[in-house]
Amino acid sequence: MEKMPKWADVLLTPLISLVLAMAISALVILAIGESPWEALTTMIDGALGSSYGWGFTLYYATNFIFTGLAVMVAYHASLFNIGGEGQAAMGGLGVALVLLSLPLPHWALALPAAMIGAALFGAAWALIPAWLQARRGSHIVITTIMFNFIAAAALNYILVNLLRPVGSMDPASARFPNETHLPKLSDMALSLGVEWGKNTPVNISFFVAVIACVLVWLLIWRSRLGFEIRAFGKSEPAALYAGINPVRITVIAMLISGGLAGMMAINNVMGEAERLVLNAVEGAGFIGIAVALMGRNHPLGVFLAALLFGFLYQGGGELALWTSIPRELIIVIQALVILFTGALDNMVRVPLERMFMAMRKRGA
Amino acid sequence: MTQAQGRLETAAPAAIELRAISKAFGPVQANRDIHLRVERGTIHGIIGENGAGKSTLMSILYGFYKPDAGEILVGGRPLTIADSQTAIRAGIGMVFQHFKLVQNFTVLENIILGAEDGRLLRPSLSKARGVLRRLAQEYELNVDPDEVVENLSVGHQQRVEILKALYRQADILILDEPTGVLTPAEADHLFRILEGLRAEGKTIILITHKLREIMEITDTVSVMRRGEMVASVRTAETSPEQLAELMVGRKVLLNVQKTPATPGKPILEIRGLRMADAAGVERLRGIDLTIRAGEILGIAGVSGNGQTQLLEILGGYPEKGSTLSGEIRMNGVPLPVAGAACNAAERRRQGLGHIPEDRQAEGLIMDFAAWENVAFGYHDAPEYGRGPLMDRDAIRRDAEGKIARFDVRPPSCDLAARNFSGGNQQKIVVAREIERNPDLLLIGQPTRGVDIGAIEFIHKRIVELRDAGKAILLVSVELDEIMSLSDRIAVMFDGRIMGERLPGDTTTGDLGLLMAGVDAAPQTQDPPSREP
Repeated sequence: MEKMPKWADVLLTPLISLVLAMAISALVILAIGESPWEALTTMIDGALGSSYGWGFTLYYATNFIFTGLAVMVAYHASLFNIGGEGQAAMGGLGVALVLLSLPLPHWALALPAAMIGAALFGAAWALIPAWLQARRGSHIVITTIMFNFIAAAALNYILVNLLRPVGSMDPASARFPNETHLPKLSDMALSLGVEWGKNTPVNISFFVAVIACVLVWLLIWRSRLGFEIRAFGKSEPAALYAGINPVRITVIAMLISGGLAGMMAINNVMGEAERLVLNAVEGAGFIGIAVALMGRNHPLGVFLAALLFGFLYQGGGELALWTSIPRELIIVIQALVILFTGALDNMVRVPLERMFMAMRKRGA
Repeated sequence: MTQAQGRLETAAPAAIELRAISKAFGPVQANRDIHLRVERGTIHGIIGENGAGKSTLMSILYGFYKPDAGEILVGGRPLTIADSQTAIRAGIGMVFQHFKLVQNFTVLENIILGAEDGRLLRPSLSKARGVLRRLAQEYELNVDPDEVVENLSVGHQQRVEILKALYRQADILILDEPTGVLTPAEADHLFRILEGLRAEGKTIILITHKLREIMEITDTVSVMRRGEMVASVRTAETSPEQLAELMVGRKVLLNVQKTPATPGKPILEIRGLRMADAAGVERLRGIDLTIRAGEILGIAGVSGNGQTQLLEILGGYPEKGSTLSGEIRMNGVPLPVAGAACNAAERRRQGLGHIPEDRQAEGLIMDFAAWENVAFGYHDAPEYGRGPLMDRDAIRRDAEGKIARFDVRPPSCDLAARNFSGGNQQKIVVAREIERNPDLLLIGQPTRGVDIGAIEFIHKRIVELRDAGKAILLVSVELDEIMSLSDRIAVMFDGRIMGERLPGDTTTGDLGLLMAGVDAAPQTQDPPSREP
């Protein structure tokens, strides 16, 4: 017997969590003498009130879909991949190396090539922690965190000493060739005769992210490999009994996870910056954890949660721009949302479950 | 028999009396209007199938759960038992099925844990030592007070639990399935202890699913079924058959019906199998066994004497870091005991089925739906999908068939495994493994935590598979089960086969000695000649 209906589990719980987070945020905003209502309308206006706002919201959401899916896949194997940040950074390196070294005449060729480069580098960066976990029992949370720092330091070195064009003062790679620039959604809309999202970074990667959601869903819930990943994630002794190799599943799940995190680079590095800059990931790897948690580790949930965090990012930026609410407070608001939807999930879930049980009992 | 056979009413205040206790967990009514009266100085048995509500009721008595309705009287006085501290103060002691001892503390330290008299340990320890000496003399409860608990045998650990309760001056002792982990000799000793306690005026409530124990030691017995107390009777006035019928609600065959075996060619041959675990401790010390087509070899023994390791090795997943030697052949082909080829999936392809000892940890994924669990372990089978994708419709059709044929209740493909009762969970595992028609079926504890009705059904299926000419290795700690199902019995002790017996030529006493490592009547080690 399920404790509550599925819709309550996947929709009502996160929504209530979100409302609670907003309520506390409102108190904080009140406490510094600003109007919560004004803040809310500014955020909604800025993120969703115009195609310009939507363009940015969807751009951020694309990043979060990739990192959210990455955390989700690992989670189903009971592996907590906190290394999305480093894997996405390495994915950026993969994209840059592919685009700067291969002569790719058109974006339609460059995109798959860059995706492969991004996924390979991201996966490779997840492979070592995966192997250490599977073979040596080194906890993957610790190793992936450490690999985030190693990735940051390595990229620092590579950008400054290897990829920086001669004579440039900027620790960044050269610009990618013009032919490899991805079409922006605004360009695509324009070719259909619609003016939408002018000067926004959202690009064709958004559709790649949506396709990735579908593929991950197929993998986890429709494939034999996904069955093994989920079974292993639920019970390692049972997996052994069933002939599922824990080492193999740990490594494969982390390779897929790292690959997905790395693929984020086609959005931020290839699609937006069009060169590799320092700290290109900007915390999206960590947001992915919250996205996966809030999305209940389901691709549809990840998609919706990524949209929400895209909204928070874009809306938060607008807040800093148009109100005197300091930028730091926006991080507080984002943190509250993460806290309530992720960490304090049970605070809402358990009373809700009780309520549904009581209702059912009365109905019975 | 219909309603309670007259509640046993007397004038003196009962040690414990429950009046109209009810407790629900969500939609599940675990206890419904329970009345129970246990007289001072008696041993009262509570018997019932798994999920009948015995444990819930005892948890209410011990303050773990708050009843939704009803009243508890201890010694005639109403008492609200809000937590276990209240229960202990009221003189109620509990010996859990899974001991709650600190493994690396000494016996004395465990006994005073939570009952220290002050901030310094020494006075409490020396007081406990004195009390312990007295208790040991009175009740045959001998345990070395300075021994570290993890070095004690299971039987002795249980004595520590009893001592803990007595040290807290328990007048009412509740024991939950106390003999599940004991050898017959240890169980007999436990019963002597309980009789001694009764003679001193203590009241004992014994929860068990073993009819034999109820008949042997209790004065009165209550039967629970589906959350209700269906009868309370004097033990002397009832019979095992009647109790079984009350538990299940219909007539039950307590003995397995089977014809003599007609063993064929050897299916599994084990020669000199040795195994040391990751810590270097020898778990198997040279096992030699042969199982033929069409026979059930039962392995008796107290749990923890290498049976688990034997099953895991045969199943293709020896403990991580262990070292193995010896030879295993199945259908004449050597089975790898190490390396990549040694895995459970490969074993299944070679015709091995395995009903694991712990269905909840190994045999099932508790969060998976029943249909997914039907494919578990066979998810690579061609009929369950095309290429990398699974064919959900094909699996569900198969699962529906199995659920119908094995009478799994409720007959729902989509229900998660954890929402089935123990017996129905086991039926899912048994259906999955038996219907693959394996040449060799490994079975570990097939009826642990399974209700009587399902036991009968599972036993019948096992015998049917034997009659179809398959080899079966049965590991069970239930001697009754070993005696009634096996065609041949091997007894394991300390990683060795202590001896082999034919069920007709042996007694529980004889097997009990072997289980304790004593070969009283050394017989020929060879299985009796029964070549076709």
